[in-house]
Amino acid sequence: MTKLLEWLFGVSFVLVAWAVVSFDLLDLSLPQTYREVAWPMPLYLLVSFGCYSLATVGYRVATFNDCEEAAKELQEQIKEAKEDLRKKGLKM
Amino acid sequence: MLGDKYSVLLPTYNERENLPLIVWLLVKYFGESGYNYEIIVIDDGSPDGTLEIAEQLQKIYGEDKILLRPREKKLGLGTAYIHGIKHATGNFIFIMDADLSHHPKFIPEFIEKQKEGNYDLVSGTRYQGNGGVYGWDLRRKLISRGANFLTQVLLRPGASDLTGSFRLYKKKVLESLVERCVSKGYVFQMEMIVRARQLNYTIGEVPISFVDRVYGESKLGGNEIVSFVKGLLTLFATT
Repeated sequence: MTKLLEWLFGVSFVLVAWAVVSFDLLDLSLPQTYREVAWPMPLYLLVSFGCYSLATVGYRVATFNDCEEAAKELQEQIKEAKEDLRKKGLKM
Repeated sequence: MLGDKYSVLLPTYNERENLPLIVWLLVKYFGESGYNYEIIVIDDGSPDGTLEIAEQLQKIYGEDKILLRPREKKLGLGTAYIHGIKHATGNFIFIMDADLSHHPKFIPEFIEKQKEGNYDLVSGTRYQGNGGVYGWDLRRKLISRGANFLTQVLLRPGASDLTGSFRLYKKKVLESLVERCVSKGYVFQMEMIVRARQLNYTIGEVPISFVDRVYGESKLGGNEIVSFVKGLLTLFATT
């Protein structure tokens, strides 16, 4: 199954469950509180996911390692390499 | 293990300045580690004389260590890998960039990681452990992390860095993946990981530092972003 299909199945399942509870489609006579809680769920979940995404990406950008040492080391090794290659006869 | 040999594929286009340096670093770190290796330079008809420099390097380091398998023009990464694999005598293949953004000092770490879990492929990651980048501004970092997050949500690939191209593959694994992959550019590297998961290959990770463009500027423009999103959605819908 492709990821797209997995998502469609997952979303359909959640929406059907939500509709059954919110609109009492199966005449389950659930307590009023269930319906009150279920009704705004899709919106809550979307907004929560949006916040989670922003927080996660923000955190990851803020903690993205800056490899200063690696850059310095590379610059030094480049000098060393050029010198050594020159000695070995490389004409750049 | 006795008999393990590592072939490093270096597709090049206008890397006259960088090629001697990356080769020198590869020779240094492989030499120090004692692993058996060869470097296969696949030049796509570079007008700046990359091939000529490669020939000089061959004289310095030997034809058993530096193999030249050039092509006439720019033909793309997937075919470069296929071409390189044909001539590789190793049972393991390293793929990496020739522009010094990937540092050979990580090679022994890749090899040890692979042995640790007998992984089918080991992927260098900029996003975990002490992996990271140098030379990226905030905008670039934001785009990179944002794109990676989107990819993780949509594809759940089981690897932290999908667009990275510093990897170690078992030769047979690379062969079977390359023939299945159809995308180009960044998305090609993503597709390789996604297909590897589909085929139940095991993936190990090694944190790496990515030093962006010692000589020159690397830009991430609107075009690249659009084609990345297109590629991502294609993978989402087809894998």
